[in-house]
Amino acid sequence: MARPRGAKEPEPTLSGWGRVPSPGREVRSEDLEALTRDAVLCRGLGRSYGDSSLPPASHPVVAGTALADRLLHFDPATATLRAEAGLTLGAVNRLFLPRGFYGPITPGTQSITVGGMVAADVHGKNHHRDGCFGEHVTRLRMRVADGSIVECGPDENADLFRATLGGMGLTGHVLEAEFRLFRVPSPWIFCESERVPDIDAYIDALKAAASEWPYTMGWIDCLSRGRSMGRGLLIKGRWAEPGEAPARFPRTPRRPALPFELPGWVLNPLSVRAFNALLYRSHLRRVSRRTVDPDTFFYPLDAIAHWNRLYGPRGFTQYQCVLPEEAGRGAARRFLDLLTRKGGASMLCVIKDCGPEGRGLLSFPRRGISIALDIPVRDGTQALVDALNERVIAEGGRVYLAKDRFTRPEHYRAMEPRLDEWTAIRRKWDPQGRLRSAQSVRLLGDRP
Amino acid sequence: MKAALLGATKGMGRALARLLAARGDQLFLLGRDGAELGKSARDLELRGAAGAVGTAACDLEHPEQFAPALAAAEQALGGLELVVVTAGVFATQDRLEQDADLALTLLRVDFAHTVAFCEEARRRLMARGGGTLCVFSSVAGDRGRKPVVLYGAAKAGLSRYLEGLDHRFRAQGLRTVCVKPGFVKTSMTEGLPSPPFAGEPEAVARVVLKAIDRGTPVVYAPGIWRWVMAVIRLLPRAVMRKVGF
Repeated sequence: MARPRGAKEPEPTLSGWGRVPSPGREVRSEDLEALTRDAVLCRGLGRSYGDSSLPPASHPVVAGTALADRLLHFDPATATLRAEAGLTLGAVNRLFLPRGFYGPITPGTQSITVGGMVAADVHGKNHHRDGCFGEHVTRLRMRVADGSIVECGPDENADLFRATLGGMGLTGHVLEAEFRLFRVPSPWIFCESERVPDIDAYIDALKAAASEWPYTMGWIDCLSRGRSMGRGLLIKGRWAEPGEAPARFPRTPRRPALPFELPGWVLNPLSVRAFNALLYRSHLRRVSRRTVDPDTFFYPLDAIAHWNRLYGPRGFTQYQCVLPEEAGRGAARRFLDLLTRKGGASMLCVIKDCGPEGRGLLSFPRRGISIALDIPVRDGTQALVDALNERVIAEGGRVYLAKDRFTRPEHYRAMEPRLDEWTAIRRKWDPQGRLRSAQSVRLLGDRP
Repeated sequence: MKAALLGATKGMGRALARLLAARGDQLFLLGRDGAELGKSARDLELRGAAGAVGTAACDLEHPEQFAPALAAAEQALGGLELVVVTAGVFATQDRLEQDADLALTLLRVDFAHTVAFCEEARRRLMARGGGTLCVFSSVAGDRGRKPVVLYGAAKAGLSRYLEGLDHRFRAQGLRTVCVKPGFVKTSMTEGLPSPPFAGEPEAVARVVLKAIDRGTPVVYAPGIWRWVMAVIRLLPRAVMRKVGF
């Protein structure tokens, strides 16, 4: 079982969900207090795409929180749950849906930890109505840089609290979090999907749906050009009332896995174009309505474990930006125009409207349109991201750190006017700049 | 089922306790650290364990705690049908060779004291007409091997003891389940290079739960380790001296 003595260990590497490796190693323990004593960074399940969960080069060890996943307290009257940082959203949903509660936020995957949800201040299909995860967090227990353990919340160490929501784990290690769940009328989702012919119609439909539907999101074909540029499917949902839902409890769908890495050439402009056209055309009626289980509605990608192997040996990055409302409806079209001109073939392009900025000081969403695309890593990826970033800066938008691996520091600074306020709080709690990540070294100039 | 678990705050014990909780069993936790036991008890209650999950201090290094701890469990549960032991000490062979005290502690805890605890549990279960005693041994006990000379020796002794119990008392209602986990990714094995067929605690727990329900006397988890060890047991001595596992 152990290697023969003297055998050479390969240099250990870690990567985010995009599978672009960096030197590093993860150490896990149930005892998060002991584990975080000397740690410079925590990592949950590694579902951030880029280098947010990767350690800096000079301290190549991250503290893995996944084993610290106990539920500590639940108050059904206020629907408030306290849990250790490694508990997954999937476990929360699985355990509490039978009791009539569900996670307040529904990001693209439920294989993420509570600590990671705080760090990235994740948002979901209900952002336009319910904001980010941080809006539902009532309290955090943290180990801060000087080694002490503090509680923070909206009324205690409020600066630390706001800087930690969306602070990418750089302000302290989240040990425990307390947050509110949603009470739901049934364990089923009533959903409606609609075929939309182009990007402008899509954005209008998204806006129109926002007032009626708590959950909206959609997919567009970002390879079709001209008149049908940005055609796609808009998906809207709400919790079904007991009368319209099946009487039984939904079964957990089985999860097949992508068993091996596909060769890099499988995803090429032709195959991606065909996939997108097929997806669009397979939605036969203009509008279709049905009742589905929440896993299918919220987490279609979780249905295939290791889907990130699809992108071959060089991995991929996700590019997600928000284009502010002030930039007008044309902003999305201008962005897609640039993307198609640069030949950025994305298998999935997800568009969603965002509500107002939350209380997390570095939280990604703001009122406007969020666009997310998967980009396989190729030689031209850096140039493509640079070009997209310049477009986003011109529109007054910003990118999502949880997805990012390629943004340049000067671009990030230009996107983020809140950075100085956040940095001041970070410095107050960590004067030596001890807590850091590969991403903070790259973007914020932290010491490597 | 009314179950007392020693060592269920972590690793495979935690995973197994959660499966028992999820189906509404009645649980009682034994372990060293009171605060940790309390947190795990709350976790199991929220995951569906029937009623309150009680706790009592019980350290495998202190045999005098065994009887009072099991008595507390029996009283709180209003009976006792299942006792699970996942606690134990682990250290690498290199470390044990350098630290004689640690080696002695490991041999004492993983063999002598675990057996003493099982004896106490056996008496209590049999006084109630029988029950299940599920103890985590290891594939390390199946063959003397370079990386697990001392740990393997302790686990070999434990496996033999459980085999003997099964032969002697099964007819009187005592069902022993000797679990032999292969390499499982837990905090105990953290930092060790993962071999092929490394398992996850949840998958192991599902296998073990089935074995508990059926009273399977020996169970390998993950199941593939039954075949891996079957091969290793057949290797000639000359080969075992050469290879590193």
